[in-house]
Amino acid sequence: MKTLIVAEHDNQSLKAATLNAVAAAQQLGGDIDVLVVGSGCQAAADAAASVSGVASVLLADNAAYENQLAENVSLAVADVAAGYDAILAPATANGKNVMPRVAALLDVAQISDITAVIDADTFERPIYAGNVIATVKSSDAKKVITVRTTAFDAVPAEGGSASVQAVEGAHDAGVSSFVGEEVAVSDRPELTSASVVISGGRGMQNGDNFSMLEGIADKLNAAIGASRAAVDAGFVPNDYQVGQTGKIVAPDLYIAVGISGAIQHLAGMKDSKVIVAINKDEDAPIFQVADYGLVADLFAALPELEAAL
Amino acid sequence: MKVLVAVKRVVDYNVKVRAKADGSDVELNNVKMAINPFCEIAVEEAVRLKEAGTASEVVVASIGDKSCQEQIRTALALGADRGIHVEAEGRPEPLEVAKLLKGVIGSESPDLIILGKQSIDGDNNQTGQMLAALTGMGQGTFASEVNIGDGTVQVTREVDGGLQTVELKLPAVVTTDLRLNEPRYASLPNIMKAKKKPLETVSPADLGVDIQSHVTLVGVKPPAERSAGIKVESVEQLVDKLKNEAKVIS
Repeated sequence: MKTLIVAEHDNQSLKAATLNAVAAAQQLGGDIDVLVVGSGCQAAADAAASVSGVASVLLADNAAYENQLAENVSLAVADVAAGYDAILAPATANGKNVMPRVAALLDVAQISDITAVIDADTFERPIYAGNVIATVKSSDAKKVITVRTTAFDAVPAEGGSASVQAVEGAHDAGVSSFVGEEVAVSDRPELTSASVVISGGRGMQNGDNFSMLEGIADKLNAAIGASRAAVDAGFVPNDYQVGQTGKIVAPDLYIAVGISGAIQHLAGMKDSKVIVAINKDEDAPIFQVADYGLVADLFAALPELEAAL
Repeated sequence: MKVLVAVKRVVDYNVKVRAKADGSDVELNNVKMAINPFCEIAVEEAVRLKEAGTASEVVVASIGDKSCQEQIRTALALGADRGIHVEAEGRPEPLEVAKLLKGVIGSESPDLIILGKQSIDGDNNQTGQMLAALTGMGQGTFASEVNIGDGTVQVTREVDGGLQTVELKLPAVVTTDLRLNEPRYASLPNIMKAKKKPLETVSPADLGVDIQSHVTLVGVKPPAERSAGIKVESVEQLVDKLKNEAKVIS
């Protein structure tokens, strides 16, 4: 058994999601290599080489890979796939974009968003917005898999001493180009890696009221999230969305404010260690998963909470 | 410009799906079916391109048994011009669906193909990317904005932490995210008109595809239950519990 992990990185640093994918790969057993595809990304490759449990790091460093265009990156991954039994990536926006393309190039299925490894061919994954967990068995000789990061505890980022080998050749499919990006600049931790998350739902009533969460987030060093209903209503951008079709989070503390608790939202946060719900409707389903529920008008409770912290 | 939209028949998003008692599969008897919400956004986007004069024809394709003609008719009522039903039994996997759609592209030669980013049944999020790979096209996944240029399309994508814009050569594949548009409701006159719009049926063999299975469903189970905790009376008590009982804040 030989597994390749496609690293999540921003050319300078290795993203923590990679460590969760390595953890999933360890459950498959066998050797684990990491492939870093990017541009000017030696630092990310060096970081991957020191990850615990990594045998060797492959580095595909070329300008064509700078912005992780799926058309180019998938060709780079498919190129080195021949020597591996499984190719894994975290189920991030980037992993979801690139990996199905890799699977199609290899003419195999992709197993998306696995939450458990049963054996080398059999996996668990949530379907129907997390209402059901399916156990699926792959008959492909080569597996292409994306990993739900919150389901696997990250391996240590230090402790390994893998070699870094450059991959020959580069691919530019010539059908796509990067135009620009708007990345929200924030001093707050990233939603998927924050140890505290405070999320607002439709009960927030409008986007301006999300500022009421900011003071609390500042005090707790928390990331701010939202339910799909709040995103749908246009209160906040989609990258705030926690849920089956948004981000999956599992912080130490999750505070749900004005969120009813639709299954699609629960699927994105129910692995949090401690869940707090603040909602004025005492029958809201969110209370069924909350460790601490406060039935209160959020517009009264939030200023009080901020003052009490 | 011709636009091809793929739609999938799925369990209506309001239905709470459960595992069957024997755990062999999910219970799908007598549940309400509908067009996948992300596919509906794809249809809406294509129809808007036509209304803006950018697209000349909107063709909608669906893969499945006869019943998925219902969802094609829904798309026709929303403004698509004609339908293609690829008749396939069972539940073709994303890779096979992508191969069938590649076959449809072969005979239709669309300039733009729009799909939903994922279906709310399998939650795979694969078909658009696989189709783009098989056809060698560029892909604009998780789109929140689509702007057609001269032989190109600019797609603004929802990515972790913000938005990314890419430019793709046409023909290209776009998959829709939630905020791309808000789909309209079909009016009764348009539902009536849709019944007369052309709908052709083709077989996988017509498209040169021999459907394979790569993944088998071993079983299903409900997700691990999380039990409800306690109700606190006040913010003060909440903060006290978080500090001294759960010890998650200091």
